[in-house]
Amino acid sequence: MKVKFWGVRGSIASPGPATVRYGGNTTCIEVRTDNNELIILDAGTGIFPLSQSLLTELPVTANVLITHSHWDHIQGLPLFVPNFIPGNTLRLHGAYDPVTGKGVEQVMSVQLQYSYFPVREAELKARIEYVTLTPNESIQIGSATITPFMMNHPVIDFGYRIEANGKSVFFTGDHEPPPNIYEPQDPEFSEYQSFVDAKTADILQAMAGVDVLIADSSYTRAEYPAKKGWGHGTFDTSIEYAKLAGAKMLFCTHHEPTRSDDALDQVFEQVLLEHPRQAGDPIYRLAKEGDSYEF
Amino acid sequence: MQTMPPDLSLKLANAVDGMPAFPKSVEKILQLTRDVNCTPKDIVQVIDKDPVVTVKILKVVNSAYYSLPRQITSVNNAVVYLGFNTIKNLALAIAAIGMMPKHNAADFDVDQYLLHSLSTAGIARKLASQMGDADPMDCFIGGLLHDFGKVVFAQFLPEEFRQALRMSQANKSSLHEALRQTVGVDHALVGAMLVEKWRFAPELIHTISHQYEADQVDTGLFACVFTANQISKQLGFGFGGNPCIHPLPEQVQRRMGGTLEDVIAASDDWSTVFDDAKLFATL
Ligand SMILES: [Zn+2]
Ligand SMILES: [Zn+2]
Repeated sequence: MKVKFWGVRGSIASPGPATVRYGGNTTCIEVRTDNNELIILDAGTGIFPLSQSLLTELPVTANVLITHSHWDHIQGLPLFVPNFIPGNTLRLHGAYDPVTGKGVEQVMSVQLQYSYFPVREAELKARIEYVTLTPNESIQIGSATITPFMMNHPVIDFGYRIEANGKSVFFTGDHEPPPNIYEPQDPEFSEYQSFVDAKTADILQAMAGVDVLIADSSYTRAEYPAKKGWGHGTFDTSIEYAKLAGAKMLFCTHHEPTRSDDALDQVFEQVLLEHPRQAGDPIYRLAKEGDSYEF
Repeated sequence: MQTMPPDLSLKLANAVDGMPAFPKSVEKILQLTRDVNCTPKDIVQVIDKDPVVTVKILKVVNSAYYSLPRQITSVNNAVVYLGFNTIKNLALAIAAIGMMPKHNAADFDVDQYLLHSLSTAGIARKLASQMGDADPMDCFIGGLLHDFGKVVFAQFLPEEFRQALRMSQANKSSLHEALRQTVGVDHALVGAMLVEKWRFAPELIHTISHQYEADQVDTGLFACVFTANQISKQLGFGFGGNPCIHPLPEQVQRRMGGTLEDVIAASDDWSTVFDDAKLFATL
């Protein structure tokens, strides 16, 4: 199995001299099974360069798994180049949102409106299919078993576990470990904590023993208190998940758009100092645009 | 202002008194969501105290859309599972439409009325977020309640209301004119009495009471609700009993940046609002 990072920034694309090394595109990850099935995690702006790389292997069936509908995870979708070439298939997977009452098709329909994009859905040349997924229920994509899990974010948000040929990867999407909304002295605190603990146990089980964990590590521990409730994790929470789940490798991603390459190196160096690797611990890395990892 | 004989005045006051209270939870959630300092805990505690909303949230969370490893049994539990924001938005929508009556004594199609009210609410909210000088949630509530006076008539003056409905259907005249003939006053006045009793902001009361004297109010809220009402009728999203579509008065046109036709043409996406309305009508 192979994972390749095409976009590792959170919130908004951030090209420029300060982000050349880690890249400025928003979330998009290519996963290839050993059978060369194409699975794409999220469709941020990084899906545009990815889609250009596919032009040598047309026709393609692209299985896109959308974690959630925030712009930085869907914005590249209208410009997925194979959409404009007959013979290709785009199979879009994602969640049902109880507030809007819509499935994953909404992700496309909001973007392909005349006022925002010149091409309407009916005019796309590729075959477009929508698969609205149910959390905890696995689907099969060729040799790969995909299971969505409910994560914690201001909108309905899936993490995905992908397993194929004995190898596995888990991508959290955007995720904040659910905080307890009560104060320790509140009577509801301990009951709420029991829900949080059950949720954490579910998440850890979903990640259990993966070869690769790719996790939202937007903030440092020091930055987090000012961003509580925004739906993102820290380097420390990602490391904790990776350790407790027994992951072999952790890629920290969803880098803050305002964090320069140098600043990113700096905070990560500090993180590694605070979490010295013991025998059996996962390997910790920063996700970097263009990097791929085969296992 | 319409004047009415004392016996009618008393009758209407009694009718308004007989209507259910506006759900405290909606009011409170609206108030809390505007306050940047409010914590998730504050909102969860409000939702928790409304059994109807709680049951409906649990129904959604435990539905087939989310195959859960275990049953979700409380709002707190739902927040951990679906996230605070989703639960908050879900609660608001559920609570706001929860007070719509399901049955009435006149020949008034409540399902169509509900769709008309919900789509007017959704369109008003959409217009507000495009215009920027009205609160979208206020516009939603304004749209939702602009015809609520008809519900009072359907409950307490069903004969007169039925007659007015027929009259306006037969000669394609405005329902409010017909109501002035059969009842003596129109639903705008009674609706305003009701929201006044519910202690809504004066701006919302004016928006409802002046919906047929449109040249007298010039606010963003009024413009959004008035325009949304006409769009909803023009596009046939539900039916509130009134076959007449009124042109936008000058000051509303100024705020909306064009005529009713211009505003409708500015988006190709009105039907999604109607889809949302249909969804909430079934919750
Ligand atoms: Zn994001
Ligand atoms: Zn997000």
